Amino acid sequence: MAQDGNSGTDIAAADSSSTGHGTEHAVGTAVVARDAVQNPGFPPHRARVTDLDPKKEKNAERTVYTLFYLSIVGSVLAIAAYMAFPIIPEDIGSVRMNNLMIGLGLALALLAIGIGAVHWGKALMHDQEGIDMRHPVRGSEDTRARAVEIFDEANRESGFGRRSLIRNSLIGALIAFPLPAIVLFRGLAPENENPVDLLKHTMWEAGDKLARDPSGLPIKASDVTIGSVFHVIPEKLASVGHSEGYLEEKAKAIVLLMRLKPEDLVEDEDKKDWSYDGIVAYSKVCTHVGCPVALYEQQTHHLLCPCHQSQFDVTNHCAVIFGPAARPLPQLPIAIDDEGYLIAQSDFREPVGPSFWERH
Amino acid sequence: MPRTTSPSASKSRKARRRGPLATISLLAVGLLFTGGAYAAFSTSTASAEVPAVVSAASVEEGEKLFAANCASCHGLALEGTENAPSLIGVGAAAVDFQVGTGRMPMQAHGPQAPDKPVQFTDEQILSMAQYVASIAPGPAIPDESLLDGEGDVANGAELFRINCAMCHNVAGAGGALTEGKWAPSLSGVEPAHIYEAMVTGPQNMPVFNDANLTPEDKRDVISALKFMEENPSPGGNQLGSLGPVAEGLFLWIFGLGTIVAITVWITARSN
Repeated sequence: MAQDGNSGTDIAAADSSSTGHGTEHAVGTAVVARDAVQNPGFPPHRARVTDLDPKKEKNAERTVYTLFYLSIVGSVLAIAAYMAFPIIPEDIGSVRMNNLMIGLGLALALLAIGIGAVHWGKALMHDQEGIDMRHPVRGSEDTRARAVEIFDEANRESGFGRRSLIRNSLIGALIAFPLPAIVLFRGLAPENENPVDLLKHTMWEAGDKLARDPSGLPIKASDVTIGSVFHVIPEKLASVGHSEGYLEEKAKAIVLLMRLKPEDLVEDEDKKDWSYDGIVAYSKVCTHVGCPVALYEQQTHHLLCPCHQSQFDVTNHCAVIFGPAARPLPQLPIAIDDEGYLIAQSDFREPVGPSFWERH
Repeated sequence: MPRTTSPSASKSRKARRRGPLATISLLAVGLLFTGGAYAAFSTSTASAEVPAVVSAASVEEGEKLFAANCASCHGLALEGTENAPSLIGVGAAAVDFQVGTGRMPMQAHGPQAPDKPVQFTDEQILSMAQYVASIAPGPAIPDESLLDGEGDVANGAELFRINCAMCHNVAGAGGALTEGKWAPSLSGVEPAHIYEAMVTGPQNMPVFNDANLTPEDKRDVISALKFMEENPSPGGNQLGSLGPVAEGLFLWIFGLGTIVAITVWITARSN
């Protein structure tokens, strides 16, 4: 019962009061189960080989200190490896060697300490089991009274209750302190922009040339031979810098351009002029959770999303034919300009990508 | 106490070890050099042989080979049948790819023709390619200068990630497609076959024509693939570069297995 780091008098008081509580409970309302499981006690102590045979004990001791010495060797090896296998710029293989050798040294150092300590505990340390009784959670009356006394005393000495102006201003200061964090985190959200508008529209505008990713070179309709697939960005995106939101715009505007035999396309009447001579352009952002869909099979005309295996039928306005995607991939209406370059007729006619709170 | 003595001990050990290590590395360098010289010699002789067989005779030879091995499916006039597509205009590149990787002649109908041991000699393949190209023009077998793997690796890797990685995996390890089809692994594939695949779009692979990826771009892509093949992964064993599934499986089995074993050992009574 000496767990409390208290003074001697307190412990004596706690002891006497805890036994007092015990008797009180016995006459209280607690239900005493008559068929409670009897405490079986400890199994008989079984001596280990290291307890019986001094030679085995000596062996175990030797194993433990050998492991600890091995740990020292591991630490030294890690230092030696750091010097012997430096990271050479331009040589990726040297990084691997450096990491591997240092790691092996450190692993040996830590593992040997751990295994040695466990072996020490299991084979050599005293293994008779004992019982530490739990002491009641409630402190003794004296201890509780003394605690209240200490609080009163502190309140009196600091004047926390009496000097209400100081107290209230301190509470106010503590409330105000987290406010900057809230404002700073709010700053991470789009500012002065409606996220719904951002999600509904992409960079594509009428007349934008379709260009190759990443070079931004415009694509002529005649370049797109049957069976070809082009990874497309708006031509003007290529001149947008990374600090000006290049990736944010690209993530929405990426397009996959394919050419099929015109007779393979099954097109709705109102979307007939969205393609050009078998060339079709679809958003590359999956309508399920937004992975880039670009696994195009040029004979089956299936587009496969690698994340969750949604399949889209390119011949049929990218209708979903398998998998969890709920909507077809949005089609970018295209046309050609006077010089034969492919251009967009407009932005996508529907939001690209997965559902959000205003689109289901 | 041991801490203070061991560094000096290891240092002296290191100094003594320097001798034998130097001999071994010298040996390795020597072996590498002779091997490299032999490889350079043998490839240079092989490439020198190729133009020698290009002649009118090889077109005739190719026609015979085609009639004997390909015409039953592709038709005597390359017009195709209901079992196989027409080969008019596919070019020498398509023949060199399909036959040179063993995909043709096809062993059995299936979702996809797998690569298998090549059935013809280089000369025979070239003859058939010449014959198919003589019927109607198509993409030619690429020039050696585009296959040297000395292009811009960084550009090639970016183009590969944009155009190829979604099917072939960022490390070129390949991946699954729909209904039993797959994009094959690209490691160990000959540069000429990679180039021809891009130009011709074999099976379900889309075509990447010269307006999309210029010949120089294709050279860069090949260089990037060869670079990946030749340089070790900085992260250690790649487990087939298959990504989180293979790595997760490995950790679940061996990592957790080790932890379970250690836990059992810690909690077991000492005998």
